[in-house]
Amino acid sequence: MMSNRVINLTIDGRQLKAVGGQTILQVAKENGIEIPTLCYHEAVEPYGACRMCIVEIVKGGRSRLVASCLYPVEEGLEVKTDSPRVISNRKILLELLLAKCSKNPVIKDLAAEMGVDGTFVREGYLEDHDCIVCGLCVRVCEQVVGVSAISLVSRGVDKHPAPPFHEPAKDCIGCGSCYYVCPTGAIKMEDREDTRIIHNWKVEFKLKKCKVCGNYWAPEKQLDYIAKKWGLPQGLFDVCPNCR
Amino acid sequence: MKDRLNCEEGLELFREETLRNRKSIKPRITVCHGTGCQAYGCTRVSDALRAEIDRQGVSGEVDIKTTGCHGFCERGPVVVVQPGDIFYQRVGPGDVGEILDKVLNGKGVVERLLYSDSATGVRFTNYYDIPFYKKQLRLIFGNNGEIDPTSIEDYIAIGGYSALAKVLFHMSPEEVVEEVKRSGLRGRGGGGFPTGVKWESCRKAPGDIKYVIVNADEGDPGAYMDRSLLEGNPHSVLEGLIIGAYAIGAHDGYIYVRHEYPLAVENARIAIEQARQLGLLGENILGSGFDFDVRITRGGGAFVCGESTALMASLEGKIGEPRAKYVHTVEKGLWDRPTNLNNVETWANVPLIISKGAEWYRTIGTENSKGTKIFSLVGKVNNTGLVEVPMGITLREMIFDIGGGIKDGKKFKAVQTGGPSGGCLPESLLDLPVDFDALTKAGSMMGSGGMIVMDETTCMVDVAKYFLTFLEEESCGKCVPCREGIKRMREILNDITEGKGQEGDLELLEEISNTLIDSSLCALGSTAPNPVLTTIRYFREEYEAHIKDKRCPAGVCKALIHYYVIEEKCPGCGLCVKACPQGAITFMGKKRPVVLDESKCIKCGACYDICKLEAIGVK
Repeated sequence: MMSNRVINLTIDGRQLKAVGGQTILQVAKENGIEIPTLCYHEAVEPYGACRMCIVEIVKGGRSRLVASCLYPVEEGLEVKTDSPRVISNRKILLELLLAKCSKNPVIKDLAAEMGVDGTFVREGYLEDHDCIVCGLCVRVCEQVVGVSAISLVSRGVDKHPAPPFHEPAKDCIGCGSCYYVCPTGAIKMEDREDTRIIHNWKVEFKLKKCKVCGNYWAPEKQLDYIAKKWGLPQGLFDVCPNCR
Repeated sequence: MKDRLNCEEGLELFREETLRNRKSIKPRITVCHGTGCQAYGCTRVSDALRAEIDRQGVSGEVDIKTTGCHGFCERGPVVVVQPGDIFYQRVGPGDVGEILDKVLNGKGVVERLLYSDSATGVRFTNYYDIPFYKKQLRLIFGNNGEIDPTSIEDYIAIGGYSALAKVLFHMSPEEVVEEVKRSGLRGRGGGGFPTGVKWESCRKAPGDIKYVIVNADEGDPGAYMDRSLLEGNPHSVLEGLIIGAYAIGAHDGYIYVRHEYPLAVENARIAIEQARQLGLLGENILGSGFDFDVRITRGGGAFVCGESTALMASLEGKIGEPRAKYVHTVEKGLWDRPTNLNNVETWANVPLIISKGAEWYRTIGTENSKGTKIFSLVGKVNNTGLVEVPMGITLREMIFDIGGGIKDGKKFKAVQTGGPSGGCLPESLLDLPVDFDALTKAGSMMGSGGMIVMDETTCMVDVAKYFLTFLEEESCGKCVPCREGIKRMREILNDITEGKGQEGDLELLEEISNTLIDSSLCALGSTAPNPVLTTIRYFREEYEAHIKDKRCPAGVCKALIHYYVIEEKCPGCGLCVKACPQGAITFMGKKRPVVLDESKCIKCGACYDICKLEAIGVK
């Protein structure tokens, strides 16, 4: 729609050029301006849930906070990534996450990096979760893998990613994309000899053995899915990529 | 049913024909069939009335009509007799014989069924003399009592669809947009955004396919004006929608309505079918060449689905989660097409504006809030129900004149406006004019029109906790500040009401509130702190009593109160002894005060409630 149009904007006082349709976050990244993120990943559509990437924008003399992962650049836009308002909001957000994931190393490190060393939430109310409900696992499964084996279920504080009816995820192909994309290590996956287990979705997969090196290298269901989807010849996956 | 109407004259002829057929001097008995009156058993009243008419063989002498909601639901079942606008309330099936006799005799009224003012004891015969109705201006809601919502003839008879004919044959879409803009109409669903400006943006947005939506996902606790309007006068909403579609250039529309509103769904469905049959919906409406049709989609009842983007996601069959509106829904809404969404009441205002003109409409209301607003007046007032008032009326007039003051002679404490996203306003603001800007300035909001009145026995910390608990359950859970922030604020309030509040809690609540306001994804999160912030702003001393003195001045928070026997008042009647579920009260003999064992007391308040002599105290 607005693509290819050159757009001039300012981020933290630097005059920058962007292409129409880009988001503030994309432009910042391109120019080496760091904005923390949790629910953002290049492979999927931005979602705007974690609010870590909030920035302050000034438009028509009025300023407000927006999620930079979603906000499309506009001509003359003035962006501040580290204003006092951004910092104080992000501090509370991190304290909220620290209360939910009080033992999670990723959240603790990120908080420490941002100068947040504790949470206002009282001891008795602290929780020990790893999942921050950023929905990356669900989005990657839908938008990249294309199987939608899991979804976000329930509402509010109870919201969480889960397979349908909390039963073993029938459509899961065991690719592990959810595991790799999860920012906080909330998805527990392990390969035990010839079996892959993804505990969160209550699923187990038989792994394919490479005819050459004998290593177990990928779930058979995943390879079948790929072969079928792309019409690949049978036997292509008998050998692992390393030996091919 | 009549054939399709193919031109403007066809509609007018149909209207004249309908009126001619009805031109009779027969008296008419109308029975309210709104959901409120149905709960009171109005269908038994109308059945009994029909049976009685049959039994007496007088069907040629009297008309009976079942209508939509009159708003005075607590007085249901409501029956109104014409001529004379005689208002009968709390009518039972056993009363119909007497009513019918008076009607057939053409004189007299059934005195005992009239409304009587609880304060003065004065009885009122005429509908419009009743204080509850006297100060109302029922432009949108008034026709509810006149028409049978399942009869398109009824709606056409009172001038219905003439506004649609006017725009289709005498106005360009741009002129319609301009008229609505000039009227000053603002969105009745909560945001108060100028309707005409929204229409204009949607009209100008690039794209061939555009949608219009009726938001009937009313979710504020205690609010039901949209339901009653859609139930009682569905054609007015439909007519407004078709006019909007014409102005915007949309050919498809949706009514998104809660599944819990079965009567609204049914009446809207009937209205759509009837409008289609008459050629008022579908292809080539009234022969004008304009095509438009509408479908009903039922929502599961999530509060967040009243938010426009969550509603559209739900309509698309996705999880009802809001998305960022950096690109507005008028450009990219339903299925990424330009979409114009308005609330039920907003749409219902449109035919009126078109028929009577923007200039006329502008004479009602205040500088920046034009027209009327329907409120759901509930809580500790004598008269509860739906009231439609001109913008700018004061809270005092609404609560004391229309609402008849506080129940049981108690003292007014606060009024909560705007639903869970609104705030609580104190006595000192009772003379505030009710309009979009004044309420927002006071820290509350108009919202969709909820108005909950609270008396001195209400604890404001408890109220704030109630609304946060509601919002915690209703948050969609997508963004961190809303999902996690509301929960933590509710925990702090919980602590305060349990005597575990700490110095600095109020400042902390304000700090978290700022983050919710600033960084939440949608308005549910960014307005969630309003009940907390307004109660801190106007009732700070009550919070401090809880935190510092571990005391609940209103006597509500269980952990902070205790019940005791006021010995000099207690005659030892023993009523409380029987009422106590814990056996905590001991009978000591007649004319001797009872003894309450605090260690067994669970603070249920049963003794307090049952004692008419006020011999049980609470502090």
